[in-house]
Amino acid sequence: MTAMTGNTTGAVEQRTGSGPAQLEIRGVTKAFPGCLANDNISFRIEPGEIHALLGENGAGKSTLVKMIYGVMQADAGELLWEGKTVTIASPHDAREMGIGLVFQHFSLFETMTVLENIALAMNDVRDMAVLRQQVIEVEKTYGLPLDPDRHVYTLSVGERQRIEIVRCLLQNPKLLILDEPTSVLTPQEVDKLFETLRRLANEGCAILYISHKLHEVKALCEHATVLRGGKVVATCDPRAETAKSMAEMMIGQKLLAPDRGVRPAPGDVRLAVKNLSLVSDQQFGTDLKNISFEVRGGQILGVAGVAGNGQNELFQALAGETEIHGTPDCITLDKQPVADFGPRRRRRLGAAFVPEERNGHGAVPDMNLAENGFLTAFRRMALSARGLIREVPTRSFADSIIKTFDVRTTGHGAEAGSLSGGNLQKFIVGREIMQDPGVLVISQPTWGVDAGAASAIHQALLDLAAKGTAVLVISQDLDEIYAICDQVVVMAAGKMSAARNMADASIDEIGLLMGGLHDLGANPAPELNGGQNDPA
Amino acid sequence: MDWIVPLILTVITASTPLLLSATGELITEKSGVLNLGVEGMMLIGAITGFAVTVSTGSATLGIIAAAIAGMAIALIFAFLTLTLMANQVATGLALTIFGVGFSALVGSGFVGFAIEPLPSLHIPFISDIPVIGPILFGQDFLVYLSIFMVIASGWFLTRTRAGLILKAVGDSHDSAHAIGYNVIRIRYMATLFGGAMSGLAGAYLSLVYTPMWAENMTAGRGWIALALVVFATWRPGRLLAGAYMFGCISVLQLHAQSAGINVPSQFMSMLPYLATVIVLVIISSDVTKIRLNAPACIGKAFRPAQ
Repeated sequence: MTAMTGNTTGAVEQRTGSGPAQLEIRGVTKAFPGCLANDNISFRIEPGEIHALLGENGAGKSTLVKMIYGVMQADAGELLWEGKTVTIASPHDAREMGIGLVFQHFSLFETMTVLENIALAMNDVRDMAVLRQQVIEVEKTYGLPLDPDRHVYTLSVGERQRIEIVRCLLQNPKLLILDEPTSVLTPQEVDKLFETLRRLANEGCAILYISHKLHEVKALCEHATVLRGGKVVATCDPRAETAKSMAEMMIGQKLLAPDRGVRPAPGDVRLAVKNLSLVSDQQFGTDLKNISFEVRGGQILGVAGVAGNGQNELFQALAGETEIHGTPDCITLDKQPVADFGPRRRRRLGAAFVPEERNGHGAVPDMNLAENGFLTAFRRMALSARGLIREVPTRSFADSIIKTFDVRTTGHGAEAGSLSGGNLQKFIVGREIMQDPGVLVISQPTWGVDAGAASAIHQALLDLAAKGTAVLVISQDLDEIYAICDQVVVMAAGKMSAARNMADASIDEIGLLMGGLHDLGANPAPELNGGQNDPA
Repeated sequence: MDWIVPLILTVITASTPLLLSATGELITEKSGVLNLGVEGMMLIGAITGFAVTVSTGSATLGIIAAAIAGMAIALIFAFLTLTLMANQVATGLALTIFGVGFSALVGSGFVGFAIEPLPSLHIPFISDIPVIGPILFGQDFLVYLSIFMVIASGWFLTRTRAGLILKAVGDSHDSAHAIGYNVIRIRYMATLFGGAMSGLAGAYLSLVYTPMWAENMTAGRGWIALALVVFATWRPGRLLAGAYMFGCISVLQLHAQSAGINVPSQFMSMLPYLATVIVLVIISSDVTKIRLNAPACIGKAFRPAQ
C-alpha cells in the first residue's frame, strides 16, 4: 500500500487491495439550492480498514454519510459495494447490506428502554426475548456493558453511545460509520471505544471514522480523506502526519495555535462561588453539592467534566436563570452578592453569559442577527431609547460583530438559524465579548464548531482575559481546556474538585476525576503511566 | 337501590363519547401531533351520523359515515399541518370553529327529526340478570367498542412493534427519521385514527345520547377529551378511569339538580369543566409523570432534512 502523504492535488489515492473494496465512492456529487455539498468525491475503504473522513463543518461530511446510509440520494456518481454498483434507497437498505451508523447526535428515544431502542433500529422483527439474549451476547463479546431494561434518560452519554454501537453490531456490519463519536466521552471511555473498533477492524469490518479530534484520528486510523468545500482536497496516512498538518489540510490555510501571549498576573477576584448547593429542578438533572471556586481578573478557569454532571445547573446558577434565594452571597460578582439576581441584573453588573445551546438558548433562530445582537446587548451598548429599538446602532453593532469575528453570513439581516454552527457561535461569543464584560461565563464554546472557528474563539477568549476579564469556560473538551485555561476544576456528580494549575494537571488524572473514580478532594491522584501531559 | 342501575347506565352513556374521542386523541398525540380540533371533528361526526341515519334509516350506516367524516376532517388537518407544516395549535382551533359552523349549516335541515336510538345488546337471560345484566350485557355496540378500543390502544402501545414505532416518532421525530421511519406517514395514520374516533364519539351523541341533532350539541366534550389525555398522562388505563370519572361528575351534576340540591344549576353545569382545570393543575405538578409519558415532539412540525 502506498500512502500519498499530504497529497493536496485532489487526486484519488489508488490502493491495490487483494479484492474489491468494501465500499468505493466514485465521483459522487450532491447539490443543494445554492451550494454544492459534495463535488465529485471519490475514495475507497477496504475491509478491515479504519478510514478517517476529515473536514470542517460544512465540508460535506454529513451529506456524504447520509448518501452512504441511504438517507438521501446522490445527483451523480456511484457507490460500489464489494465491487458492485449499488443504489442505497433508504437506511433500511443500508442496514440490509451491512452498513451501520453511529450518529453524532444520538438517534435515541429518551423515555424508552435500551432494548426498545435497539429493537427500533432492527430491520427484521425479532422476538424481544431473543433480541435481549443477542444484546447480552454482543455486550459480553465486545465488553460493552449495558442493562437492556434501563431507560435511556438514566444513562450517561458514554452509555448511550454504547447503545448505538451495540445496535449496529447486532446487524453484523461490514462497514461501520462513526460520526464524531468521541466528543462526549472521557479519555478512558475513548480508549475503550478504540479497543472495540480495532477489534472489529481485525475481524474484517471496515470503519469510516469521522472526527475533528485529530490526535485521535492519528492514534486510530490508517488512512484519511480530507474534504473541504465539498471536494476531496487531500488523502494522507494520519500516522505520518501531525495533528497540526492535518488541521491545515482541513482548513486550507496555516493554523494559528492560540497565542497565549504573556498571561497577566491574576487581578482581584471577580467571580466567586462559595458553598453553592442547589437541588436541580429538572427531572433528570444533577444537584449541585457544595461548590466553591473563584476566578480572578485576567484568569481563565476551565470546568472539565462529562456532560450531565451538573454543568448545566452550574451555568444556570451563574447566569441567573436559576435564582438562589436566602443565601445571596454564595455567588458574588466583583464582591457584590448576586445569587438572588436574575440574568438582566447580573448583566448590568458586567457579567456576560454564553450558553451551550446556540439555537434557542443563545440565539433565537427565527430572528435575524441584528435582533439577536439587541437581545443581550441593548443595555450595555445603548441600543434602545425610551422603549424603542434604535435601528441604526443595532444594525451597526451586529455588523461590527460580523466584521470583528469574521462571521460568514449574508449580513445582519440573516436569520440566526440559517448560520452554520461555527458561524453562529462566533456571532454569539462576539456579541458578548464586544460588550466588554468583567466576567464571562461560557459553556462549551467550540462544541460542534470547526477548527478554524474554534481557534478564532479561543483566541478571542484569551484576548478578553488579557484585558482583565475573569473567564469561566465550561467544557467537555479537554484539548480546549489545555489550550486556553490557566486553571482547571473537574465536575463529577454535582461536586467540584479543587482548582489545579494547568501545568500540574495530567490528562489521566483529570480523566479519572471526570469518571468520578476518586474523591474530588485536593489529594493528588495516583501516578498513572507516568502522567502524560500533552494530549496532542 | 332502584336508582343505582339507571345512575350507572347514565354514567356509561356520559362517559362513552369522552372515552372514544380521547382514545383517538391519545394515539394522535403519541405520534407527536396535537390536534385541537376534536370538538369540531365530533360535531361533524354527530351531524353526519345523524343525517345518514335519518336518510337511510340505518344507524350502522350512520356510524360508519360518522367515522369516515371524522377521518375526512382529520385528513384536512393532517394535510395542513404535516404536509404544508401549518402551526398545529392554530390549525386545530380553526378546525373546531369550522366544525361548529359547518355542522350547524348541514344540520339546519335536520333539527327536530327523531330517530330510533341505536339498539342495545340483548342476550336472553344474561341481560336480564338484575344489576349486572343491564350494565354489562345490555349496552349498545359503541359502548363495547369504546372499552375495546382503549384496551386495544394500551396493548398496541406497549406490546406491538408498530406501537413502539408510533411512540418513537412522537418522542423524537429526528431520531425516528434518521433510523429510517417515515415520520409523516405514521403521523398521518395516527391523525386519521383520531379523526375516526372523534367521528364515532359524535355519532354516539347524536344517535344514542340525545338522540337528535342540535346545534353545537357536543357542548365542550371535545375539549374535555383533550384534557383527559393530559389527565391520563397519555396512558390508556388512566384514560379509561378518567373518562368514567368525568362521566360521573357530569351525571351527578344532573342528579343533584333533580334532587333539588339548592345550588344554582349554572354552577352545577360548570362542575365538569372546573374539575378538569383542577385535575390538570394537580397532574401538571408532577413533572415526572408528564416527562416520562408525554410525547416530547408533540405539536412540533417535522421538516425532513433535504
